[in-house]
Amino acid sequence: MKKIRIGVYVCHCGLNIAGVVDVAAVRDYAKTLPGVVVARDNRYACSEVGQRAIAQDIKRHKLERVVVASCTPRLHESTFQRVLGENGLNPYLIEMANIRDQCSWVHYDQPEKATQKAKDLVRAAVARARLLRPLEVNTSPVNKSAMVIGAGIAGISAALYLGKAGIKTYLVEKGPSIGGHMAMLDKTFPTLDCSLCILSPLMVDVAQNENIKLLTCTEMTDVTGFAGNFKVKLRKKPRYVDEDKCVACGLCAEKCPTKVPDEFNRGLTMRKAIYIPFAQAIPSKYLIDPERCLYFTKERCKVCQRVCEAGALNFDQKEEEVEIDIGVIIITTGFDVYDPSENREYGYGRYPNVLTQLDFERMLSADGPTHGKLKRLSDGKPIKRLAFIQCVGSRNLGNAKYCSRVCCMITTKQAVMVKEKNSEVEVYVYYIDMRTAGKEFEEFYQRARSSGVVFVRGRPGEIVEHLQTHNLRIIAEDADSGCLFENEVDMVILAVGLKPAKDVQDLTKKLRLSRSADGFLLEAHPKLRPAETTMDGVYLAGCAQFPKDIPDTVAQAGNAAAVAAGLLSRDVIEIVPLNAVVNADNCIGCGLCESLCPYGAIRLEKTAQGPKAGVTETLCKGCGVCAASCPERAIAIQHYADEQIIAQIQALLGVR
Amino acid sequence: MSKNSELQTPNSKLQTDWEPKIVAFLCNWCSYAGADLAGISRIQYPPNVRIIRIPCSGRVHPLFIMRSLQNGADGVLVSGCHPGDCHYISGNYIARRRFAILKNLLEYVGIEPERVQFSWVSASEGEKFAKVVEDVVEQVKALGPAKRLVKRKADPH
Repeated sequence: MKKIRIGVYVCHCGLNIAGVVDVAAVRDYAKTLPGVVVARDNRYACSEVGQRAIAQDIKRHKLERVVVASCTPRLHESTFQRVLGENGLNPYLIEMANIRDQCSWVHYDQPEKATQKAKDLVRAAVARARLLRPLEVNTSPVNKSAMVIGAGIAGISAALYLGKAGIKTYLVEKGPSIGGHMAMLDKTFPTLDCSLCILSPLMVDVAQNENIKLLTCTEMTDVTGFAGNFKVKLRKKPRYVDEDKCVACGLCAEKCPTKVPDEFNRGLTMRKAIYIPFAQAIPSKYLIDPERCLYFTKERCKVCQRVCEAGALNFDQKEEEVEIDIGVIIITTGFDVYDPSENREYGYGRYPNVLTQLDFERMLSADGPTHGKLKRLSDGKPIKRLAFIQCVGSRNLGNAKYCSRVCCMITTKQAVMVKEKNSEVEVYVYYIDMRTAGKEFEEFYQRARSSGVVFVRGRPGEIVEHLQTHNLRIIAEDADSGCLFENEVDMVILAVGLKPAKDVQDLTKKLRLSRSADGFLLEAHPKLRPAETTMDGVYLAGCAQFPKDIPDTVAQAGNAAAVAAGLLSRDVIEIVPLNAVVNADNCIGCGLCESLCPYGAIRLEKTAQGPKAGVTETLCKGCGVCAASCPERAIAIQHYADEQIIAQIQALLGVR
Repeated sequence: MSKNSELQTPNSKLQTDWEPKIVAFLCNWCSYAGADLAGISRIQYPPNVRIIRIPCSGRVHPLFIMRSLQNGADGVLVSGCHPGDCHYISGNYIARRRFAILKNLLEYVGIEPERVQFSWVSASEGEKFAKVVEDVVEQVKALGPAKRLVKRKADPH
């Protein structure tokens, strides 16, 4: 067999390596290894000079493989791959020995052993390099449209960014209107902007943007394909009202005899069985709740059809299957608020005057159950004393360890709003720490303090309701004074944490995404790729990734849209060829690989020789689970093939 | 040092000079990055471990471990992302199941279970990586050189 010509470059990295490892000794040792035709040391292999030395040797010594002994490949592998590519060698014919992060930096008090280890690593790198094979980068055309799942402020922002950039965008929302949780807020902190006043113009923009196709009452049922080429199946539930005909006059709802708790007002008011989710809803069209409608439950009534002058009612509407082809997906599915009744916390769900922040937000709204008046829901009594309890369902070892980030500021906002409505109301906030990191947040918190809100450092163990008055007694230790503080209030507001939306689990499975330990979707890199997922072509923004406030959500939506638009601006997508390859002669068609593949990238296919495993290259990520499980060793992972790894093992252990 | 390992290393000179050789398979996304972080943070750990970078702990074929032992490794470490954090969704779970079975087999043929170890080290756990290496080296040292399965004597470089 012809000897492969290898060049070895040992980097000093200034003194980072050379200060500990005897670089000259490693270089001289490399020269003795089989196939090595040139070995040099460089002050900085990654510098222009260092790169040029490699480039010249590739030509002069007709190198076929290059080994660089320097820092971690995670830092400079791509640098040296480029050098090879520019000088007529396939970029995948380089191997790096990490003698800085694994030798000089971690064994600086044992220079001899560090040098010996460096020699071992170089020997293994040379052995592996000899068996490296050139890999061809494949390309695939890019479908230039996008899908955004979830139409809260994150999804609305992302869709608008894309739509305004001229990208065809499907905005998919499972509910009947876009707007999400932000539409339920009365005001936003710390500016006290009216939430709907700033949101609803954006909602109208979505409806009017010619590039955005809005799909409400719609859920994703299936997705196949890969970055640049996804095929998505959607299920659109019927509204039973023709969207093209309905003029939202509201006569139907006025006459509808069935009352149902109104989800938009957190069940604190009633709506009808035919309804519009809220006044500013987009699309501004009514729909029927078939679970409560008399016609669907008892086959009678149909009064809405009789009164509708536009003839928009259509009781025969059926579920629709929609299929779309897109290039990228942005996930903006938001959050669920923690339900304290799950753990019977603070009597929520039993005591009528214990509410969550989101419930209270609706009470503060002019469209809410009390039309913005500060009176109790149980008996209509004006609220004179009010308490907030922080960190309910957050920073709790039981159900959520993390801080939900927004609840301190929501409480501060609601406390300020209460004081603005009536400065006589006594407001108490029970807290562990007040977290007010954000632009003008601390100033806003000081404004709450100076307006007379009392902050008590201490979390109450429980609260007790007075049977007759329905007042609530709170006992907590005030950590600042060390005294027990007993208090009786008219109403208690729980600052509930944000938790991963229920549907995230389903979405994670369908799109094969990762989640972090807290259950939120995992970003590709916590610092440098915060709006990307571990799946190429799938991006994320907003509270689907982690609890955050509106400005952070909008910023991340812009980030996701920019990365998505970057991919869509290309005509073809390059596919890194580190995938699995099946040797059909050895495959016995057992299907173990198919059952283990985390990406559904390997499937048994019928052939004349019986079932054989086949790899969809574009789906395969090259993890190697299939190759390591194949009983016939019929699967190779390009660049991490068995023989390459075994050569490395043997060389490390002294077998030349 | 246990009685057993004394029996295995009758040469007293060898016993004092002997340093175990350990092969570590680290997944590219978590544990390899964790080892890099140990370097960046200049955390010192024993120089007995030789690292092989693989895409995922799920890539480690049982054969790799066997070949390591056959070629003179005194210990093998496989380290991947924490449960739930696998870059490839579930490769680390598959690896864990696979090694549970392999370790039973190795024990059956007389390999001490401490020689083959599995750990989770994330990209942010440089200190943990150093600690894992220390623990593995210490445990393998206590066992003495591996004798079983060894095909040939390693080249004393």
